[in-house]
Amino acid sequence: MAELQYLAPESVDEAVKALASAPGARVLAGGTDLIVQMRAGRAKPAAVIDVKRVPGAVGVWRQVDGAFVIGAATPAAEIGEHAALTATWPGVVEAANLIGSTQVQGRASLGGNLCNASPAADSVPALVAARAVCVVVGPAGKREVPVEAVQAGPGRTTLHPGEFVLEFRLPPRGQRASDAYLRLIPRTEMDIAVVGAGVNLTLAADGKISEAHVALGAVAPTTLLASSAGAAIVGGALDDAALARLDAAACAACNPISDKRGTSEYRTRIAGVLARRAAKIAYDRARGVS
Amino acid sequence: MSKIHVTTTVNGDSAEFLTDPQTTLLDALRDELGLTGSKEGCGSGDCGACSVMVDGRLVCSCLMLAAEAQGRRIETIEGMAHGGELHPLQQKFLEHAALQCGFCTPGLLVAAKALLESNPDPSEEETRYWLAGNLCRCTGYDKVIRAVLDAAAVLRQERRAA
Ligand SMILES: Cc1cc2nc3c(=O)[nH]c(=O)nc-3n(C[C@H](O)[C@H](O)[C@H](O)COP(=O)(O)OP(=O)(O)OC[C@H]3O[C@@H](n4cnc5c(N)ncnc54)[C@H](O)[C@@H]3O)c2cc1C
Ligand code: FES
Ligand code: FES
Repeated sequence: MAELQYLAPESVDEAVKALASAPGARVLAGGTDLIVQMRAGRAKPAAVIDVKRVPGAVGVWRQVDGAFVIGAATPAAEIGEHAALTATWPGVVEAANLIGSTQVQGRASLGGNLCNASPAADSVPALVAARAVCVVVGPAGKREVPVEAVQAGPGRTTLHPGEFVLEFRLPPRGQRASDAYLRLIPRTEMDIAVVGAGVNLTLAADGKISEAHVALGAVAPTTLLASSAGAAIVGGALDDAALARLDAAACAACNPISDKRGTSEYRTRIAGVLARRAAKIAYDRARGVS
Repeated sequence: MSKIHVTTTVNGDSAEFLTDPQTTLLDALRDELGLTGSKEGCGSGDCGACSVMVDGRLVCSCLMLAAEAQGRRIETIEGMAHGGELHPLQQKFLEHAALQCGFCTPGLLVAAKALLESNPDPSEEETRYWLAGNLCRCTGYDKVIRAVLDAAAVLRQERRAA
């Protein structure tokens, strides 16, 4: 067996060099996907590059303009402990906090959830609905990539060799805005989403929806930004007619597979239901009634 | 094989060991440091028998590389009792018969201690959710939950008395 290398670089430059120098090197954040895969023999990296000591990779910061920055390797438990982030982006935080058990929460990161590239990754629809952007670093420097552009298909990303996600940026947002994430699992804990739905809403001063973003998980090879579903509820209140339009648009966006967790028809139907329910939660949160 | 030299703190004492890059923290604790309280039930993050604290956070030691422990503060089940004096959680597990084969017990105790440190007065539901990552094939969980809630009450009382 080829010998595995473990490196824990302490700067972005060192990390990029380490990643680029060993073909077959993999980033290690919380290891809750990667180490499972290595132990099962499904991943055989030549090197693991532990990025948790890179400045900026772990932590949550609020910038002066109100934007939040979440280090890509920050454990979900730490994300859930951040009161201001939870108040501003409850949907993103509840999605991150659905990942696995308390123990898994102690390690699992948003960067790992995204880059493991499972179509059912829980935090990804919430991040996409939030219009979050990844700051990607690599041999060619820094670039910003919308979260929905990172997954290429199950287990594959669009990141170039030597690149990794350093942090996520959540845009500044004003009053009367909120978000929510819901998933369907057959149990109450510790399961993989059959469908996930993230909704992010902004209301105008008159209470009408001025901006809406809907993202769906586990209904296509990658997390979907369902633009038409968001557009379907902009311009009015979230009444029954708007909810019906949202449901129809969310279903129309789906392109799921059938597997042991659910048939394609079931997933499509549930996507509409969850989009409606998540939208109601986000709407109530934005109006301050929940 | 190039071994990695790791310096860390385990249950308050500094500890050093040599490890292969792919060795998990669980294996290093058990095989290098002789701390066999943490168990391997699944090796895939599902059962919680390997639960330890790292820098104050509950994690599965089967899903962490030993090399990652460099400079970190590790707490295991071996650090729970003080000399011969059991921690109230351990005492209550005995009183409530919250264990049978005992394989899950170290992990449950470490996880329950983490819960009571962050939430001294958890509801039954909060306790059940917090411990959802700790599987037990023997007890049916009810006695475990009662023991944890009872220990929480004892700890609250101790704190008030102090
Ligand atoms: C018991 C258990 C339950 C789980 N339950 C859920 C669940 O309910 N919902 C869910 O969505 N997931 C679940 N997972 C999967 C996993 O915990 C999550 O996907 C988690 O977010 C992965 O994060 P990590 O930091 O552990 O990633 P790692 O395992 O460290 O990495 C995952 C992948 O992403 C790459 N990577 C990591 N960080 C970066 C980065 N910053 N830049 C580029 N590439 C990177 C790695 O190379 C690897 O390929 C569960 C896992 C376990 C073991
Ligand atoms: S052995 Fe680590 S979770 Fe089961
Ligand atoms: S007591 Fe046997 S597994 Fe819990």
